[in-house]
Amino acid sequence: MAKIKYIEFNGTEHEADIANGLSVMEGAIQNDIPGIDADCGGGMSCATCHVYINDDKWFKKLPEKEMGEDDMLDQAFEPSSKSRLSCQLIVSDDLEGLTVHMPEKQV
Amino acid sequence: MIKTDVVIIGAGPTGLFCAHQLGIIGLKCEIVDNLDKIGGQCIELYPDKPIYDIPAVPKCTGEELTNNLIEQIKPFNFNFHLSDRVQELKNDNNKWLVKTLNGKKFETPNIVIAGGVGSFEPRKFPTKSAEKYDGKSVLYSIKDKTIFKDKSVVIFGGGDSALDWAIELSNSSKVTLIHRRDEFRGAPASVQKIKELSDNKTIDLITKYSIKDVKGNGSLESVEIKSETGESKVIKADYVLGFFGLIMQLGPIAEWGLNLDKKTIPVNTENFETNKKGIFAIGDICTYPGKLKLILSGFHEGALAARGCFKYARPDEKYRFEFTTASSTIKDRLGVKE
Repeated sequence: MAKIKYIEFNGTEHEADIANGLSVMEGAIQNDIPGIDADCGGGMSCATCHVYINDDKWFKKLPEKEMGEDDMLDQAFEPSSKSRLSCQLIVSDDLEGLTVHMPEKQV
Repeated sequence: MIKTDVVIIGAGPTGLFCAHQLGIIGLKCEIVDNLDKIGGQCIELYPDKPIYDIPAVPKCTGEELTNNLIEQIKPFNFNFHLSDRVQELKNDNNKWLVKTLNGKKFETPNIVIAGGVGSFEPRKFPTKSAEKYDGKSVLYSIKDKTIFKDKSVVIFGGGDSALDWAIELSNSSKVTLIHRRDEFRGAPASVQKIKELSDNKTIDLITKYSIKDVKGNGSLESVEIKSETGESKVIKADYVLGFFGLIMQLGPIAEWGLNLDKKTIPVNTENFETNKKGIFAIGDICTYPGKLKLILSGFHEGALAARGCFKYARPDEKYRFEFTTASSTIKDRLGVKE
Protein backbone atom coordinates (compact mmCIF):
# COMPACT_ATOMS: atom_id res chain seq x y z
CA MET A 1 0.00 0.00 0.00
CA ALA A 2 1.12 3.54 -0.61
CA LYS A 3 -0.22 6.96 0.26
CA ILE A 4 -0.60 8.89 -2.99
CA LYS A 5 -1.31 12.58 -3.16
CA TYR A 6 -3.36 13.84 -6.11
CA ILE A 7 -3.40 17.57 -6.71
CA GLU A 8 -6.03 19.01 -9.01
CA PHE A 9 -5.16 21.82 -11.38
CA ASN A 10 -6.94 24.30 -9.10
CA GLY A 11 -4.74 23.21 -6.21
CA THR A 12 -7.25 21.00 -4.37
CA GLU A 13 -5.36 18.15 -2.72
CA HIS A 14 -6.59 14.60 -2.24
CA GLU A 15 -4.74 11.88 -0.40
CA ALA A 16 -5.59 8.20 -0.58
CA ASP A 17 -4.11 4.90 0.47
CA ILE A 18 -3.90 2.83 -2.68
CA ALA A 19 -3.46 -0.93 -2.55
CA ASN A 20 -0.45 -2.47 -4.20
CA GLY A 21 -1.10 -3.65 -7.72
CA LEU A 22 -3.65 -0.97 -8.56
CA SER A 23 -2.60 1.79 -10.90
CA VAL A 24 -2.43 5.40 -9.77
CA MET A 25 -5.32 5.96 -12.22
CA GLU A 26 -7.47 3.25 -10.62
CA GLY A 27 -6.65 4.70 -7.22
CA ALA A 28 -8.14 8.01 -8.30
CA ILE A 29 -11.23 6.48 -9.89
CA GLN A 30 -11.99 4.20 -6.93
CA ASN A 31 -11.66 7.08 -4.51
CA ASP A 32 -13.76 9.45 -6.65
CA ILE A 33 -10.88 11.85 -7.05
CA PRO A 34 -11.68 14.21 -9.93
CA GLY A 35 -9.25 15.20 -12.65
CA ILE A 36 -8.54 11.81 -14.20
CA ASP A 37 -10.98 10.56 -16.85
CA ALA A 38 -9.42 7.27 -18.00
CA ASP A 39 -11.77 6.92 -20.97
CA CYS A 40 -10.20 3.70 -22.22
CA GLY A 41 -10.16 2.09 -18.79
CA GLY A 42 -6.42 1.58 -18.50
CA GLY A 43 -5.49 0.22 -21.91
CA MET A 44 -2.92 2.88 -22.77
CA SER A 45 -5.23 3.68 -25.69
CA CYS A 46 -6.27 7.19 -24.80
CA ALA A 47 -4.51 9.99 -23.00
CA THR A 48 -7.10 10.97 -20.44
CA CYS A 49 -5.32 9.78 -17.27
CA HIS A 50 -2.46 12.18 -17.88
CA VAL A 51 -0.61 13.47 -14.80
CA TYR A 52 2.54 15.44 -14.14
CA ILE A 53 5.23 14.23 -11.76
CA ASN A 54 6.69 17.60 -10.93
CA ASP A 55 9.29 16.30 -8.48
CA ASP A 56 12.25 15.28 -10.58
CA LYS A 57 13.47 12.78 -7.98
CA TRP A 58 10.14 11.02 -8.09
CA PHE A 59 10.00 11.11 -11.87
CA LYS A 60 13.33 9.30 -12.06
CA LYS A 61 12.35 6.82 -9.39
CA LEU A 62 9.26 5.64 -11.27
CA PRO A 63 9.52 2.68 -13.62
CA GLU A 64 10.48 3.94 -17.08
CA LYS A 65 7.85 4.49 -19.73
CA GLU A 66 7.04 1.50 -21.84
CA MET A 67 6.94 1.72 -25.58
CA GLY A 68 3.80 3.54 -26.59
CA GLU A 69 3.30 5.68 -23.50
CA ASP A 70 5.05 8.68 -25.00
CA ASP A 71 3.13 8.19 -28.23
CA MET A 72 -0.11 8.43 -26.29
CA LEU A 73 1.19 11.40 -24.32
CA ASP A 74 1.70 13.24 -27.62
CA GLN A 75 -2.07 13.22 -27.79
CA ALA A 76 -2.65 14.45 -24.23
CA PHE A 77 -3.64 17.94 -23.17
CA GLU A 78 -0.46 20.00 -22.67
CA PRO A 79 2.06 17.19 -22.22
CA SER A 80 5.52 18.00 -20.93
CA SER A 81 8.69 16.15 -19.99
CA LYS A 82 7.13 15.57 -16.56
CA SER A 83 4.10 13.82 -18.02
CA ARG A 84 3.05 10.24 -17.34
CA LEU A 85 -0.07 8.22 -17.95
CA SER A 86 -1.32 7.30 -14.49
CA CYS A 87 -2.70 3.96 -15.74
CA GLN A 88 0.91 2.90 -16.28
CA LEU A 89 2.03 3.71 -12.72
CA ILE A 90 1.44 0.58 -10.67
CA VAL A 91 1.32 1.14 -6.94
CA SER A 92 3.77 -0.63 -4.65
CA ASP A 93 5.18 0.23 -1.22
CA ASP A 94 7.94 2.08 -3.09
CA LEU A 95 5.45 4.73 -4.21
CA GLU A 96 4.66 5.82 -0.62
CA GLY A 97 4.43 9.60 -0.69
CA LEU A 98 4.18 10.04 -4.47
CA THR A 99 2.51 13.27 -5.55
CA VAL A 100 0.86 13.61 -8.94
CA HIS A 101 -0.46 16.83 -10.41
CA MET A 102 -3.44 16.81 -12.71
CA PRO A 103 -3.51 18.87 -15.93
CA GLU A 104 -6.07 21.61 -16.45
CA LYS A 105 -8.22 19.11 -18.30
CA GLN A 106 -8.02 15.68 -19.86
CA VAL A 107 -10.05 16.18 -23.02
CA MET B 1 -37.38 10.30 -43.52
CA ILE B 2 -36.16 6.74 -43.05
CA LYS B 3 -38.53 4.54 -41.05
CA THR B 4 -36.84 1.72 -39.22
CA ASP B 5 -37.20 -0.51 -36.17
CA VAL B 6 -34.02 0.62 -34.48
CA VAL B 7 -31.37 3.33 -34.88
CA ILE B 8 -28.04 2.24 -33.46
CA ILE B 9 -25.67 5.00 -32.46
CA GLY B 10 -22.12 3.69 -32.73
CA ALA B 11 -20.61 1.15 -35.10
CA GLY B 12 -18.18 -0.38 -32.63
CA PRO B 13 -18.22 -4.09 -31.75
CA THR B 14 -21.17 -3.69 -29.38
CA GLY B 15 -23.31 -1.82 -31.91
CA LEU B 16 -22.41 -4.29 -34.65
CA PHE B 17 -23.33 -7.33 -32.60
CA CYS B 18 -26.55 -5.71 -31.46
CA ALA B 19 -27.36 -5.20 -35.15
CA HIS B 20 -26.72 -8.90 -35.67
CA GLN B 21 -29.10 -9.80 -32.89
CA LEU B 22 -31.75 -7.48 -34.34
CA GLY B 23 -31.32 -9.15 -37.71
CA ILE B 24 -31.66 -12.57 -36.16
CA ILE B 25 -34.99 -11.68 -34.55
CA GLY B 26 -36.25 -10.07 -37.75
CA LEU B 27 -35.87 -6.36 -37.02
CA LYS B 28 -34.33 -3.70 -39.26
CA CYS B 29 -31.85 -1.11 -38.12
CA GLU B 30 -29.82 1.84 -39.31
CA ILE B 31 -26.36 2.43 -37.87
CA VAL B 32 -24.87 5.89 -37.41
CA ASP B 33 -21.25 6.59 -36.49
CA ASN B 34 -19.27 9.78 -36.60
CA LEU B 35 -16.04 8.06 -37.65
CA ASP B 36 -15.53 7.54 -41.37
CA LYS B 37 -15.12 3.81 -40.83
CA ILE B 38 -16.80 0.93 -39.03
CA GLY B 39 -15.28 -0.45 -35.83
CA GLY B 40 -15.31 2.23 -33.14
CA GLN B 41 -12.51 2.14 -30.60
CA CYS B 42 -11.31 -1.20 -32.02
CA ILE B 43 -10.47 0.39 -35.33
CA GLU B 44 -9.57 3.86 -34.14
CA LEU B 45 -7.56 3.17 -31.01
CA TYR B 46 -6.11 -0.30 -31.42
CA PRO B 47 -6.56 -1.81 -34.91
CA ASP B 48 -3.28 -3.72 -34.60
CA LYS B 49 -3.34 -4.58 -30.92
CA PRO B 50 -4.27 -8.17 -30.14
CA ILE B 51 -7.33 -8.78 -27.96
CA TYR B 52 -7.19 -11.96 -25.88
CA ASP B 53 -10.57 -12.09 -24.18
CA ILE B 54 -13.14 -12.62 -26.88
CA PRO B 55 -14.82 -15.95 -26.03
CA ALA B 56 -13.62 -18.78 -28.29
CA VAL B 57 -11.22 -16.44 -30.10
CA PRO B 58 -7.84 -16.88 -28.40
CA LYS B 59 -6.35 -13.86 -30.11
CA CYS B 60 -7.46 -11.30 -32.67
CA THR B 61 -6.72 -7.68 -33.44
CA GLY B 62 -9.23 -4.86 -33.28
CA GLU B 63 -9.33 -4.83 -37.06
CA GLU B 64 -9.89 -8.58 -37.36
CA LEU B 65 -12.68 -8.46 -34.80
CA THR B 66 -14.33 -5.63 -36.70
CA ASN B 67 -14.04 -7.39 -40.04
CA ASN B 68 -15.56 -10.56 -38.60
CA LEU B 69 -18.46 -8.66 -37.09
CA ILE B 70 -19.09 -6.90 -40.40
CA GLU B 71 -19.03 -10.29 -42.13
CA GLN B 72 -21.46 -11.65 -39.56
CA ILE B 73 -24.13 -8.99 -40.26
CA LYS B 74 -23.70 -8.97 -44.03
CA PRO B 75 -26.81 -11.11 -44.68
CA PHE B 76 -29.00 -8.38 -43.20
CA ASN B 77 -27.81 -5.57 -45.50
CA PHE B 78 -28.14 -2.90 -42.83
CA ASN B 79 -27.31 0.67 -43.77
CA PHE B 80 -24.37 2.49 -42.24
CA HIS B 81 -24.34 6.26 -41.97
CA LEU B 82 -20.69 7.08 -41.36
CA SER B 83 -19.05 10.45 -40.74
CA ASP B 84 -22.36 11.51 -39.29
CA ARG B 85 -23.62 12.05 -35.79
CA VAL B 86 -27.05 11.83 -34.21
CA GLN B 87 -27.67 15.34 -33.09
CA GLU B 88 -31.28 15.57 -31.98
CA LEU B 89 -33.95 13.25 -30.60
CA LYS B 90 -37.58 14.15 -30.32
CA ASN B 91 -40.35 12.01 -28.94
CA ASP B 92 -43.50 11.90 -31.00
CA ASN B 93 -46.26 9.59 -29.90
CA ASN B 94 -44.09 6.60 -28.89
CA LYS B 95 -41.78 7.17 -31.85
CA TRP B 96 -38.41 8.82 -31.81
CA LEU B 97 -37.63 11.35 -34.49
CA VAL B 98 -33.89 11.36 -35.03
CA LYS B 99 -31.91 14.05 -36.80
CA THR B 100 -28.25 13.81 -37.74
CA LEU B 101 -25.63 16.45 -38.25
CA ASN B 102 -25.73 15.84 -42.02
CA GLY B 103 -29.48 16.35 -42.04
CA LYS B 104 -30.62 12.73 -42.22
CA LYS B 105 -33.91 11.95 -40.50
CA PHE B 106 -35.15 8.71 -39.02
CA GLU B 107 -38.40 7.64 -37.42
CA THR B 108 -38.04 4.73 -35.04
CA PRO B 109 -39.57 3.28 -31.88
CA ASN B 110 -36.10 2.32 -30.60
CA ILE B 111 -32.70 3.88 -30.23
CA VAL B 112 -29.72 1.87 -29.06
CA ILE B 113 -26.84 3.99 -27.86
CA ALA B 114 -23.67 1.98 -28.33
CA GLY B 115 -21.54 5.05 -28.28
CA GLY B 116 -18.49 3.84 -26.38
CA VAL B 117 -17.08 6.79 -24.51
CA GLY B 118 -18.66 9.25 -26.89
CA SER B 119 -17.81 10.34 -30.37
CA PHE B 120 -14.29 10.83 -31.59
CA GLU B 121 -13.31 14.43 -32.19
CA PRO B 122 -9.91 15.84 -33.04
CA ARG B 123 -7.97 17.16 -30.06
CA LYS B 124 -7.66 20.89 -30.48
CA PHE B 125 -4.96 23.36 -29.48
CA PRO B 126 -5.12 24.28 -25.80
CA THR B 127 -4.69 27.97 -26.62
CA LYS B 128 -7.84 30.06 -26.46
CA SER B 129 -6.64 32.35 -29.22
CA ALA B 130 -6.72 29.46 -31.70
CA GLU B 131 -10.50 29.17 -31.40
CA LYS B 132 -11.02 32.38 -33.31
CA TYR B 133 -9.44 30.88 -36.41
CA ASP B 134 -10.88 27.39 -35.99
CA GLY B 135 -12.04 25.99 -39.31
CA LYS B 136 -10.57 28.91 -41.25
CA SER B 137 -6.81 29.01 -40.78
CA VAL B 138 -6.45 26.74 -37.75
CA LEU B 139 -7.35 23.26 -38.95
CA TYR B 140 -7.41 19.75 -37.55
CA SER B 141 -8.10 17.92 -40.78
CA ILE B 142 -7.61 18.71 -44.43
CA LYS B 143 -10.32 18.63 -47.02
CA ASP B 144 -8.76 20.68 -49.80
CA LYS B 145 -4.99 20.77 -49.91
CA THR B 146 -4.85 23.32 -52.74
CA ILE B 147 -5.58 26.15 -50.28
CA PHE B 148 -2.03 25.74 -48.91
CA LYS B 149 -0.26 26.39 -52.20
CA ASP B 150 2.58 28.91 -51.74
CA LYS B 151 1.47 29.56 -48.14
CA SER B 152 3.31 29.25 -44.85
CA VAL B 153 1.94 26.22 -43.06
CA VAL B 154 2.88 25.35 -39.49
CA ILE B 155 2.10 21.75 -38.55
CA PHE B 156 2.02 20.43 -34.98
CA GLY B 157 2.23 16.76 -34.08
CA GLY B 158 4.41 13.68 -34.25
CA GLY B 159 2.18 10.97 -35.65
CA ASP B 160 1.49 9.81 -39.17
CA SER B 161 -1.03 12.54 -40.00
CA ALA B 162 1.42 15.29 -39.05
CA LEU B 163 4.34 13.67 -40.86
CA ASP B 164 2.40 12.70 -43.98
CA TRP B 165 0.96 16.18 -44.41
CA ALA B 166 4.33 17.82 -43.73
CA ILE B 167 5.86 15.68 -46.48
CA GLU B 168 2.96 16.18 -48.88
CA LEU B 169 2.64 19.93 -48.40
CA SER B 170 6.41 20.54 -48.55
CA ASN B 171 6.11 20.29 -52.36
CA SER B 172 4.14 23.47 -52.70
CA SER B 173 4.11 25.26 -49.33
CA LYS B 174 6.58 26.56 -46.81
CA VAL B 175 6.23 23.95 -44.08
CA THR B 176 7.33 24.12 -40.46
CA LEU B 177 6.83 20.95 -38.43
CA ILE B 178 6.77 21.31 -34.65
CA HIS B 179 6.72 18.45 -32.17
CA ARG B 180 7.00 18.36 -28.39
CA ARG B 181 9.84 15.82 -28.33
CA ASP B 182 12.63 14.45 -30.54
CA GLU B 183 11.00 11.10 -31.20
CA PHE B 184 8.13 10.68 -33.62
CA ARG B 185 5.48 8.02 -33.45
CA GLY B 186 4.86 8.02 -37.20
CA ALA B 187 5.99 5.23 -39.54
CA PRO B 188 9.81 4.88 -39.65
CA ALA B 189 9.91 5.62 -43.40
CA SER B 190 8.05 8.90 -42.86
CA VAL B 191 10.32 9.86 -39.95
CA GLN B 192 13.32 9.20 -42.20
CA LYS B 193 11.83 11.32 -44.96
CA ILE B 194 11.11 14.18 -42.55
CA LYS B 195 14.73 14.12 -41.39
CA GLU B 196 15.93 14.27 -45.02
CA LEU B 197 13.59 17.18 -45.81
CA SER B 198 14.82 18.95 -42.71
CA ASP B 199 18.50 18.30 -43.53
CA ASN B 200 18.13 19.72 -47.02
CA LYS B 201 16.13 22.67 -45.64
CA THR B 202 12.93 21.86 -47.53
CA ILE B 203 11.05 22.03 -44.25
CA ASP B 204 11.84 23.59 -40.89
CA LEU B 205 11.76 21.01 -38.16
CA ILE B 206 11.48 22.29 -34.59
CA THR B 207 11.30 19.83 -31.71
CA LYS B 208 10.76 20.25 -27.98
CA TYR B 209 8.40 23.15 -28.61
CA SER B 210 4.64 23.45 -28.31
CA ILE B 211 2.09 26.09 -29.20
CA LYS B 212 1.81 29.18 -27.02
CA ASP B 213 -0.35 31.57 -28.97
CA VAL B 214 -1.65 32.38 -32.42
CA LYS B 215 -1.61 35.96 -33.57
CA GLY B 216 -3.28 37.91 -36.29
CA ASN B 217 -5.28 40.92 -37.13
CA GLY B 218 -8.41 39.60 -38.73
CA SER B 219 -6.47 36.95 -40.54
CA LEU B 220 -3.88 34.67 -39.02
CA GLU B 221 -0.35 36.05 -39.22
CA SER B 222 1.90 34.08 -36.92
CA VAL B 223 2.13 31.42 -34.28
CA GLU B 224 4.18 31.72 -31.12
CA ILE B 225 5.75 28.56 -29.76
CA LYS B 226 7.37 27.83 -26.43
CA SER B 227 9.88 25.36 -25.07
CA GLU B 228 9.65 23.85 -21.62
CA THR B 229 12.66 25.85 -20.57
CA GLY B 230 10.84 29.08 -21.30
CA GLU B 231 12.21 30.10 -24.68
CA SER B 232 9.76 31.25 -27.28
CA LYS B 233 9.78 31.86 -31.01
CA VAL B 234 7.39 33.48 -33.42
CA ILE B 235 6.85 31.87 -36.82
CA LYS B 236 5.00 33.38 -39.73
CA ALA B 237 1.94 31.34 -40.53
CA ASP B 238 -0.94 31.50 -42.97
CA TYR B 239 -2.28 28.19 -41.71
CA VAL B 240 -1.75 26.23 -38.51
CA LEU B 241 -2.53 22.52 -38.51
CA GLY B 242 -2.80 20.38 -35.38
CA PHE B 243 -2.67 16.58 -35.46
CA PHE B 244 -2.90 15.33 -31.89
CA GLY B 245 -5.11 12.35 -32.45
CA LEU B 246 -8.72 12.02 -31.42
CA ILE B 247 -10.43 12.46 -28.09
CA MET B 248 -13.80 11.12 -27.09
CA GLN B 249 -16.61 13.52 -26.28
CA LEU B 250 -20.07 12.61 -25.08
CA GLY B 251 -21.43 15.37 -27.29
CA PRO B 252 -25.19 15.71 -27.91
CA ILE B 253 -25.99 12.49 -25.97
CA ALA B 254 -25.71 14.60 -22.82
CA GLU B 255 -28.65 16.73 -23.97
CA TRP B 256 -31.31 14.07 -24.45
CA GLY B 257 -32.62 14.04 -20.90
CA LEU B 258 -30.99 10.72 -20.06
CA ASN B 259 -29.80 10.04 -16.54
CA LEU B 260 -26.03 10.31 -16.52
CA ASP B 261 -23.47 9.00 -14.07
CA LYS B 262 -20.24 10.82 -14.93
CA LYS B 263 -19.94 10.00 -18.62
CA THR B 264 -22.06 6.84 -18.52
CA ILE B 265 -25.77 6.08 -18.77
CA PRO B 266 -27.45 3.99 -16.05
CA VAL B 267 -29.58 1.13 -17.43
CA ASN B 268 -31.56 -1.77 -16.08
CA THR B 269 -29.95 -5.15 -16.68
CA GLU B 270 -33.09 -6.80 -18.00
CA ASN B 271 -33.10 -5.10 -21.38
CA PHE B 272 -30.59 -2.25 -21.01
CA GLU B 273 -33.24 0.42 -21.35
CA THR B 274 -32.41 3.85 -19.97
CA ASN B 275 -34.76 6.16 -18.08
CA LYS B 276 -36.32 7.02 -21.44
CA LYS B 277 -38.72 4.52 -22.97
CA GLY B 278 -37.31 3.11 -26.20
CA ILE B 279 -33.79 4.36 -25.60
CA PHE B 280 -31.32 1.64 -24.74
CA ALA B 281 -27.64 1.93 -23.88
CA ILE B 282 -25.09 -0.84 -24.28
CA GLY B 283 -21.32 -1.26 -24.20
CA ASP B 284 -18.85 1.10 -22.56
CA ILE B 285 -21.38 3.89 -22.35
CA CYS B 286 -23.82 2.06 -20.05
CA THR B 287 -23.45 1.45 -16.37
CA TYR B 288 -25.10 -0.85 -13.82
CA PRO B 289 -23.93 -2.64 -10.68
CA GLY B 290 -21.09 -4.96 -11.64
CA LYS B 291 -20.55 -3.43 -15.08
CA LEU B 292 -17.39 -4.63 -16.83
CA LYS B 293 -16.06 -2.67 -19.78
CA LEU B 294 -15.41 -5.79 -21.80
CA ILE B 295 -16.37 -6.40 -25.40
CA LEU B 296 -18.02 -9.65 -24.35
CA SER B 297 -20.23 -7.76 -21.90
CA GLY B 298 -21.22 -5.45 -24.74
CA PHE B 299 -22.26 -8.45 -26.81
CA HIS B 300 -24.49 -9.72 -24.02
CA GLU B 301 -25.97 -6.28 -23.48
CA GLY B 302 -26.68 -5.94 -27.21
CA ALA B 303 -28.45 -9.30 -27.34
CA LEU B 304 -30.79 -8.34 -24.52
CA ALA B 305 -31.36 -4.80 -25.78
CA ALA B 306 -32.38 -6.26 -29.15
CA ARG B 307 -35.15 -8.23 -27.43
CA GLY B 308 -36.14 -5.06 -25.62
CA CYS B 309 -36.47 -3.31 -28.99
CA PHE B 310 -38.70 -6.10 -30.30
CA LYS B 311 -41.41 -5.20 -27.82
CA TYR B 312 -41.74 -1.65 -29.18
CA ALA B 313 -41.14 -2.48 -32.82
CA ARG B 314 -43.69 -5.32 -32.94
CA PRO B 315 -46.15 -4.45 -30.17
CA ASP B 316 -48.70 -6.91 -31.49
CA GLU B 317 -46.39 -9.87 -31.78
CA LYS B 318 -45.04 -12.12 -29.08
CA TYR B 319 -41.29 -12.58 -29.16
CA ARG B 320 -40.32 -16.23 -29.48
CA PHE B 321 -36.86 -17.35 -28.45
CA GLU B 322 -35.15 -19.49 -31.10
CA PHE B 323 -31.71 -20.99 -31.61
CA THR B 324 -29.74 -20.27 -34.78
CA THR B 325 -28.88 -23.96 -35.00
CA ALA B 326 -32.48 -25.03 -35.19
CA SER B 327 -34.70 -22.24 -36.49
CA SER B 328 -35.50 -22.28 -40.19
CA THR B 329 -36.82 -18.71 -39.91
CA ILE B 330 -33.44 -17.51 -38.67
CA LYS B 331 -31.65 -19.49 -41.35
CA ASP B 332 -33.82 -17.78 -43.96
CA ARG B 333 -32.91 -14.40 -42.50
CA LEU B 334 -29.25 -15.36 -42.70
CA GLY B 335 -29.69 -16.60 -46.25
CA VAL B 336 -28.38 -20.02 -45.27
CA LYS B 337 -29.24 -22.76 -47.75
CA GLU B 338 -29.38 -26.33 -46.58
